[in-house]
Amino acid sequence: MANTETEERQYPAGDDTADPPYLHADYRSTVTKSPSRPLIPLDHTVSELTGPVFDADTVSVGENDLLSDGEGLPLGERIVVTGRVLDEDGKPYAGALVEMWQANASGRYRHNADGRDAPLDPNFVGAGRYVTGADGAYSFETIRPGAYPVPDSGWWRPAHLHFSVTGPSLMARLVTQMYFPGDPLLELDAIYMSIEDRAARERLIARFDSDLGVRGVSLGYEFDIVLRGRANG
Amino acid sequence: MALKRTGSQTLGPFFNYALRREGDNDLTRRSPSGPQADGEIVTLRGRVTDGASAPCQNVLVEIWQADAKGHHTDMDDSDANFTGFGRTLTDDDGWYEFTTVIPGAVPGKGNAWQAPHISLSLFSSGLLKRVTTRVYFPDEDANKDDPVLSGIANETVRSTLIAREVAPGPPRSISFDVILQGEGETAFFDL
Repeated sequence: MANTETEERQYPAGDDTADPPYLHADYRSTVTKSPSRPLIPLDHTVSELTGPVFDADTVSVGENDLLSDGEGLPLGERIVVTGRVLDEDGKPYAGALVEMWQANASGRYRHNADGRDAPLDPNFVGAGRYVTGADGAYSFETIRPGAYPVPDSGWWRPAHLHFSVTGPSLMARLVTQMYFPGDPLLELDAIYMSIEDRAARERLIARFDSDLGVRGVSLGYEFDIVLRGRANG
Repeated sequence: MALKRTGSQTLGPFFNYALRREGDNDLTRRSPSGPQADGEIVTLRGRVTDGASAPCQNVLVEIWQADAKGHHTDMDDSDANFTGFGRTLTDDDGWYEFTTVIPGAVPGKGNAWQAPHISLSLFSSGLLKRVTTRVYFPDEDANKDDPVLSGIANETVRSTLIAREVAPGPPRSISFDVILQGEGETAFFDL
């Protein structure tokens, strides 16, 4: 890549209200893990403007269907979650790897470290993947996860889906969580509330859309994901 | 149309079964039995610790870098066997390890060239957003002209970006520890 092209692909300064700070004392484990010095500004070079390449071959057909892990359907309220991965100009990110994982309907993860006294579901693992096409769209078929108490603390995590999105540059990399509208646990959740700007927080809440689900089968939610950087094309 | 970014949230502790695939920490092959990438193979190993000097386990570590000739994998002339992107998880004592190649120099801003380096990001429970740093190689002449290293006036801070030599090899082995907070805190970048 020529240097001139690299410079044209430099991104404008980031929106610094979207993310939480590193240190948010209500979320206790940030106290020893938050860097104490200010971050060093980095010019965007080819090292930041490139990223891994994914295509439809990266994942298998059906990896976005979380309902087919067992012999029967998992317990819980069936949902469809769909949206687009976009850049800050509203242009779709094609070839973005979208990975999603979640607790089951009783709020338990299929993970050795989740020792909570809530049942596992033999028909639910709770992990899916999808690579976006030209329109940037993704979708998952799953169940609504349960809320669960945070160990050794007084608060509960609201129902949420974890998202990891790997776009085509080092800049376009995001790990976040999607929440459900109207959940009374949101304002009590130290992780959701770590984002100081209310409007930025609320962008993590999916939009319920009665037209998105399958009539009589599942409820639909829309969750668009806007990554830093600029999509090609 | 200007859209507002989606904010970051912590990775949480329960991601392992969703994000890790066999071989993700070996950048030198596209498949376990596939041909190996060109260049000098290097093992990059390091330990992640927090502000209490405690090891950080269950941290997702990602690296992104150019191939041995300085080409990233989305370029036409890049090494077809080199993935450029690696992922792994720290163990109970905070250690991570990758197998990769020494990257070539890559263009920087203006007419400058950047010394060989690896971009390294961490995601973890207790980190509300990622931290990103760069791994530079020890005894690399190009380091003294690197625009990013030169831009950091504080020698102590700058030195946190240089890996340590462990064994000349082959395969060569280097180590790069990440200290999230406190004495010796690693230099992290704002992207």
